Amino acid sequence: MIKITDLHKSFGTKHVLRGVNLSVEKGESMVIIGGSGSGKSVLIKHIIGLLMPDKGTLIVDGKDITQLEEKELYEVRKKFGMLFQGAALFDSLKVWENVSFVLLREKRMGTKEAKELAVEKLKMVGLVNVENLMPSELSGGMKKRVGLARAIAHEPEILLYDEPTTGLDPIMADAINELIVEMKSRLAVTSVTITHDMHSAYKIADRIAMLYLGQIIETGTPDEIKNTKNPVVGQFITGSAVGPIKLEGIDEISVIRT
Amino acid sequence: MRPVESLGRYIIAFTEELGSVLLLLSSTVKQIIVPPLEMKNILRQMVEVGIKSLPVVLITAIFTGMVLALQSYTGFKRFGAQSMVASVVALSMTRELGPVLTGLIVAGRAGAAMAAELGTMRVTEQIDALETLATNPVKYLIVPRFLSGLIMLPALAIVSDIIGIIGGYAITVGLFGTSSTSYWKRTWDFLNIEDIYYGLIKACFFGGCIALISCYKGFYSEGGAQGVGKATTGAVVLSSMAILISDYFLSVWLFK
Repeated sequence: MIKITDLHKSFGTKHVLRGVNLSVEKGESMVIIGGSGSGKSVLIKHIIGLLMPDKGTLIVDGKDITQLEEKELYEVRKKFGMLFQGAALFDSLKVWENVSFVLLREKRMGTKEAKELAVEKLKMVGLVNVENLMPSELSGGMKKRVGLARAIAHEPEILLYDEPTTGLDPIMADAINELIVEMKSRLAVTSVTITHDMHSAYKIADRIAMLYLGQIIETGTPDEIKNTKNPVVGQFITGSAVGPIKLEGIDEISVIRT
Repeated sequence: MRPVESLGRYIIAFTEELGSVLLLLSSTVKQIIVPPLEMKNILRQMVEVGIKSLPVVLITAIFTGMVLALQSYTGFKRFGAQSMVASVVALSMTRELGPVLTGLIVAGRAGAAMAAELGTMRVTEQIDALETLATNPVKYLIVPRFLSGLIMLPALAIVSDIIGIIGGYAITVGLFGTSSTSYWKRTWDFLNIEDIYYGLIKACFFGGCIALISCYKGFYSEGGAQGVGKATTGAVVLSSMAILISDYFLSVWLFK
């Protein structure tokens, strides 16, 4: 479904992606883990064509999206739904208008139908009686749910989750994990999630890939990752400050230990 | 520091920015041509830019007309040319002050709002979200603002012209006791339709400048809340500069 080959991207002098190779099968839930600043967000933004690589190919459903005209790119994007870290709801629109955004714009249906559909999608993510509220009236967890409802409203084939549990309390985070698992089984979608929350990764992943220094250094099922022999992956999944991973801006780990 | 080097760097940065603004202009124009037009968003922006700026424009225009009449009356009285006050007010308002003052007000009000709103949308990833929902953000966000600037600025300027002339009337006739008929006669004697017309062309140009610059600043802002603040300030400063500088060159070109 998605095949990334030798993807490179630099911002100024910062070489963020240094030859990423990754493939995601149809119907699979792929979770990409990595530290802050490892380029996870940059990678996921390439998958949906928000950023264009300096080098490399990115094939989605048989099409190399790095080679597409703007119009074709927008067509390919209709296959995607994306949940943003901060939900990115349009704050000038009501909740239901957010959810039915694409449907209303493409005039696929009338206002009344679109609203009914929004209510139905909101119910799917566990929200009732919020359709007439403004996004600013919602809590963080509710916003993420609305964001998810918006991402699934046009029935995409691929869902992208940008740090879905970041900034939520543990119970709400788990509820979001449950939703992601449910979406996969109910909608049979392919999904790519980026996160640094290992609890979440184990729960939602069919396979986990670790991004480190701009490359995918290991890919495997959750069990394989748990039993990794790679010291970098081992350090990351156990969440230890001591190990081979260099923290940006901190030269010596011993400095923080003393 | 090395003055030549930093001047060079400044010129390069300025040229780059001008280039990006022109690129944004070209994609905006391209998106205007491609149907459909976002009527709902255009109307909302016309209210934002036009109707909501109206009170400030009215107050500015009436006081400008009044002070113009007051100053020119007392000045002209020294050589007995009081009768010219009406013409001075009419020409100044239609050719210069109507469009320019309206432009500056809209830059401060609507331009700042555009930059802040688009900037916030950028840093909260709402612009990225539009793209993922297969919606061109230039078409959805910038085209309505650009069109409303082009349409509403001349509309506000003409209101400003009229109100300014009425302000001048209030002072000349009400305060100094000139006859009402001679004020109107003097107003129309020296006022050509071109004066009004060219003034409105200026206003239209200013409207486009304000919307384009403010949208550009907001659309490409980065760096969180601070970035949005910087974009907003930049939008107002740059739009105001653009208005004042282009006003001179437009005047040279139009009123030669």
